[in-house]
Amino acid sequence: MTTQEVRLCGLLLQEHFGNVVEKVGTHLIRSGVLTLRALAHETKLPLDLVKKSLCVLVQHGMCTFGAGRRGPAGPVEYRINCEHVFHMLRYPRYIYTAKSLYGDTGELIVEEILQRGHMTMSSTVKTVADRLTHNMPEGQSMDYSEVVSVFSQLVETHFLQRCPPLASAGSSSSGAVDTPLPVATQPTEPESHPDCYKLPYINLTGQGKRRRSSEDGEADQCAAKKARTDNSECGDDDGIYWQVNFQRFHLHFRDQAIISAVSCKLDQSSSEIVRTMLRMSEGTTPAHAAFTQALSANEIFRALLSRSPDARPILDQYLSLLVDDPMEFVGKTGDSGGGMYVVNLHRALANLARATLESVVQERFGSRSARIFRLLLRKRHLEQKQVEDFAMIPAKEAKDMLYKLLSENLVQLQEIPKTPDYAPSRTFYLYTVNQLPTARLLLQHCYKTVGNLIERRLYETKENKRLLEKSQRIEAILASLQATGAEAAQLTEVEEMITVPERQQLESLRHHINKLDSSENQVDETIFLLKSYINSTQASR
Amino acid sequence: MAGNRGRGRSQFTFNVDTLRFGRGDSLPTSAHTPSPLFPPMQFRPVPLHTGEEVDYMLALKQELRASSKNLPFHIKAARTKTDVARYSDKYQNGEPKYNCIEWSPDWSRMPKELCIKVQKTRKTGAKPQLTQKPKVAARKEEVLQKLETLEKREQEQHSEEEEDEEKKKQNEEEEEEPDEDYDEEELEDETDYIISYFDNGEDFGADSDDNMDEAVC
Repeated sequence: MTTQEVRLCGLLLQEHFGNVVEKVGTHLIRSGVLTLRALAHETKLPLDLVKKSLCVLVQHGMCTFGAGRRGPAGPVEYRINCEHVFHMLRYPRYIYTAKSLYGDTGELIVEEILQRGHMTMSSTVKTVADRLTHNMPEGQSMDYSEVVSVFSQLVETHFLQRCPPLASAGSSSSGAVDTPLPVATQPTEPESHPDCYKLPYINLTGQGKRRRSSEDGEADQCAAKKARTDNSECGDDDGIYWQVNFQRFHLHFRDQAIISAVSCKLDQSSSEIVRTMLRMSEGTTPAHAAFTQALSANEIFRALLSRSPDARPILDQYLSLLVDDPMEFVGKTGDSGGGMYVVNLHRALANLARATLESVVQERFGSRSARIFRLLLRKRHLEQKQVEDFAMIPAKEAKDMLYKLLSENLVQLQEIPKTPDYAPSRTFYLYTVNQLPTARLLLQHCYKTVGNLIERRLYETKENKRLLEKSQRIEAILASLQATGAEAAQLTEVEEMITVPERQQLESLRHHINKLDSSENQVDETIFLLKSYINSTQASR
Repeated sequence: MAGNRGRGRSQFTFNVDTLRFGRGDSLPTSAHTPSPLFPPMQFRPVPLHTGEEVDYMLALKQELRASSKNLPFHIKAARTKTDVARYSDKYQNGEPKYNCIEWSPDWSRMPKELCIKVQKTRKTGAKPQLTQKPKVAARKEEVLQKLETLEKREQEQHSEEEEDEEKKKQNEEEEEEPDEDYDEEELEDETDYIISYFDNGEDFGADSDDNMDEAVC
């Protein structure tokens, strides 16, 4: 783990789970694997706090445990899964995707499961139905069956999956003290479980309960507490936990990126064709495949939503256009069935990553530096003189720009000696750009950026803490006054407790925080793209 | 290699022609300090994306951040005592207890060594305290009685009967109220004040105003 990654993990853990979990988590990341006692000793925290933090991390799937180096008889060792911690940055995107695909119900299901790590189906359905009922007008309530149907849709399209069982799960019912734990080398993949996407047969009938207003107060609080403690008792599907399948969401994001790239580069109709092709091969293409399954033009034509009988030749023209495009999104692999076409996934990811790198250079160093960068990407190795000639930039400026890019490590120098003694006068110095290392470098920059954004937001919040607390108090007072039906004069009097310059300060603070949050979301999109590209190169090796 | 050195003449170790600057040109100044923390940017950054999707995700992000602070997964460390230990600290029960966990995970999915007992509800926790107090009081009074045995026999018998009656009453009360919600704040630790009297104002405004146990009438 690099420094920036560890720092970002720490900030994310602190934001969601507090300082204690952050301390435990960062120490565990830095040390690799540790036992409970060692962790407690090294972090100098009380043992119970460390236990609680580990429970939280295991619940959310960020920490895995297993038998350690001393085998099953020795103490359990824990390690942190950093990728999982980075996913916390992307939670809003997952929830928004679920909303766009499955509506408000889907959004709430995914949000609940994300916030709690993993949940049983019955508890999810009950909580979501209650939340939906709360937002509906009086007298209406959400039926459990609707929530169950959306849940099953999410499972069918693989957005939710069962948590993988532990090897000791079978023997835990017998209560044996020394149950053997799985070795901590490789966590069991959820997909290796045959029932990964099987819904449990439970009978869930009922409707969401509306939480009454505070007049019913205590009785309802007792009922709510009882409901919460009863949750673990009354479900028929105890032990079957569901978690969000991040990989499926990532495939969906990747498809979206490819479709939007095609629509930007070509036009709307070609993006529709690519969208159809990707949708048809959703189930059949494995996760790390370099290209989708081959689809014939006839099948694509049948699957296109808006088709008329005379649109067939137009489809053929579009397909040939897509194949001839230098971006190579679509490739032709055969001629049967009117032509067999595939979407080149890895190549598309590489092109998207390349476009990202080029745009970064352009925005940071200017369009002429970007021209040099693109030139080097295309032509691989060039001498300085050749760079000047091909880029059509005067010598002095070209030299300046090249050295600037070299100092930022975006361009590398390759020495090719003519003589074995590497004499400088008799050596070729060639400039080159390697896409993969440059992408990794940019990814680290992105992690550092997000870390900086989070720290700046925390700083801004801390600076204006007094003002924020005052405004929260006044809002609480206003809310309570309105609930008890106060007059308008009293309300304005309370509102005036915040002076005008304070209001302006609050306004600008909110604006800054919104900007910082928005930037985090946007940088996360770049992180996703670069990470997918890097993973695709590793998978193909 | 040894030749062509030249004494006192400035010679570069690399071939100047390939690098395209003549001997007369001044080299850029070498850096004496690390680069500044916020270097001046040549080009302004591109503005952020806008739109409905972006706004919705921003709102989601802020909501998630706020709600995650209220979940039981957010573990707060104990407040370190900054200054003098105050009497009200005894009655502050905002201190998180370390040896219990506020949510009930599935212990079969976790290693056994992480098992902590789940936080019990207040009723079962406060009961043992009550059963002990009459015993303690009874014991003290028995000692006093034995000291005064010689002088006041009849009164001792009277007081014993009274204590028995009190004990019976308390036992009956306990049996009658196993499930009743009593205001334990007023019975805890023999104080005349309710718990919120000891509030030092840190939580003012943060709690909802439903809890009407305010010391101020």
